[in-house]
Amino acid sequence: MSGEVVIRVQGLRTQFGSQVIHDGLHIEVPKGEVVGVVGGSGTGKSVLLRTIIGLISPRRGSVEVLGLDWKCASSQARRKLQSRYGVLFQDGALFSSLTVLENIQVPMREHLDISKFFLDELAALKVAMVGLPAEAADKYPSELSGGMRKRAGLARALALDPEILFLDEPTAGLDPIGAAAFDSLISDLQKSLGLTVFMVTHDLDSLAAICDRIAVLVERKVRLGTMAEHMEDDHPWIHDYFHGPRARAAGVKFGDG
Amino acid sequence: MSKSAAWLDYQVQAGTSVFRAGGEWNVRQLSNLVDQLEKFELGKCACPVIDLSDITELDTAGAWFLKDIVGRFHREGLETKMVGISALHKPLITLVQQASGSSAEKETPQKKTWLYNFEHIGRAAFEVAKQCKALINFFGITVIAFGRSLRNPRRIRLNSLVHQVEQTALDAVPIVCLLSFLIGVVLAFQGADQLRRFGAEIFTVNLLTLSVLREIGVLMTAIMLAGRSGSAFTAQIGTMQVNEEVDALRTLGLDPVEVLVMPRILALLISLPILTFLSDVMGILGGALMAVAVLDLTFGQFLRQLEEAITLTHFLVGMVKAPFFAYIIGIVGCYEGLRVSGSAESVGRMTTKSVVESIFLVIIADALFSILFSVLKI
Repeated sequence: MSGEVVIRVQGLRTQFGSQVIHDGLHIEVPKGEVVGVVGGSGTGKSVLLRTIIGLISPRRGSVEVLGLDWKCASSQARRKLQSRYGVLFQDGALFSSLTVLENIQVPMREHLDISKFFLDELAALKVAMVGLPAEAADKYPSELSGGMRKRAGLARALALDPEILFLDEPTAGLDPIGAAAFDSLISDLQKSLGLTVFMVTHDLDSLAAICDRIAVLVERKVRLGTMAEHMEDDHPWIHDYFHGPRARAAGVKFGDG
Repeated sequence: MSKSAAWLDYQVQAGTSVFRAGGEWNVRQLSNLVDQLEKFELGKCACPVIDLSDITELDTAGAWFLKDIVGRFHREGLETKMVGISALHKPLITLVQQASGSSAEKETPQKKTWLYNFEHIGRAAFEVAKQCKALINFFGITVIAFGRSLRNPRRIRLNSLVHQVEQTALDAVPIVCLLSFLIGVVLAFQGADQLRRFGAEIFTVNLLTLSVLREIGVLMTAIMLAGRSGSAFTAQIGTMQVNEEVDALRTLGLDPVEVLVMPRILALLISLPILTFLSDVMGILGGALMAVAVLDLTFGQFLRQLEEAITLTHFLVGMVKAPFFAYIIGIVGCYEGLRVSGSAESVGRMTTKSVVESIFLVIIADALFSILFSVLKI
């Protein structure tokens, strides 16, 4: 784990109309780290994720991903950057008119120049890597269960061997066994591919199981720390979050991190 | 070949074939690596060993290719050893080897033969028959729902009905009027051109009124509404279907036919006759303008001729078709919307289908009416 910072957000202000979502937000994520973002409803977790991946442009402040500032980047540099991270949206956001295999091939076709044979082989490999059965490759998203759609979405996010993986509520809507399996899948992939993972989640089990550090969104800013550090924080929301009945059920223990 | 990108070297050392792999083994170098590998005769190697110590970068494509090389040797009956795997790359290689093990079991799909085309035609024919049956079934469902609404008029969703009438009738007024006006202009111009040869220009007025009132007014309006409102019905209901809103209605004890379909069909039943009337008026107005311009008729003479040509029957023959066309457009639009399943593409496909089908059925119905009227000598 080197000290290189892959995501750097400085003095971010996001605003919709008169509603200020983030104000003066700072966050830095070093390479190879798994960061979980938590926060109450409407505190702008997904907005932060969408800002970092360039879907929303900030009102003020700078967002740097892999050393490139969205605002200063040329469209060519942006395109190049986009092939270096993968995003898993909440319900997979698979293209409904394409099969799983074709979905995975979409970014490959766009960014790589390789033959049909390799496209098929590599896409089949990604399908197997995320733990989907081989038959699932030729199915359409509407024929898959929620958990399988998430895995397929993950396979598409991993299509280009990205350096950063953005996940929006990866375990939401999965049963506990499926969620635990998804957590360990992400953790395995993160270790073997050397990924940096930035995930928005509400799942305390995921936070405890795979996140190195946790970013808590409170008062339009981020408080970044390990689980143990957050346990000692006396901000009312953070205290409630990490000491609530669900946190105890998830086995979050004092001093664990 | 430059050694900077990715390379694969071959040496024989003490009875073993050593492949030295190095450079950036990533997806961009994949075809380059395959070319290099194909130069070697794998069958002639003995105890192949792959030395990975010079690899600087490895991604899943590179790891897959390593696995592929091992597989190629295996087919030649040789077992491969890998040495010099760095700690950084080991997890990835392990992951890919586990993963590709499972993907290899995938069966290849059956090949399509020429017989497939015939089979396709047969299947399509059965599909059409099945759909006709389903559409007739749906027609029955709407009639029953209608009956229920008549017995208990409170079940008619008035808000929704008013909203739909606004969208299907009021918003369509400008375009229907404009197109009908232009059709009237064209008809009068063409008619006058032909009839002048017989010195019967004055009968342009008869031609115009007859065709506009009996056929063109109602047909044009119906086609426009099929394109405008029928497609909107399919897209609206279809999107609701994709979002599981229709299922939600069902579980709340609401009947989708009553809530979604009835107001739309009723709205069309109200809108189409009104728009047809407007279309008739505008068509004749357009014709009148043209007649005055090219036939040297005064407006008064036009009106006198019009009074002679027009009868209530002609007007009613056109108007009586309007509710039938409205019903056809309504049920086809809603039915195709309810058949949407799963994807955004399905919404698009069903919308196209709904427009084509409703225009087709409207023209068939019009032909049937023509036969009926000619038999009845109306």
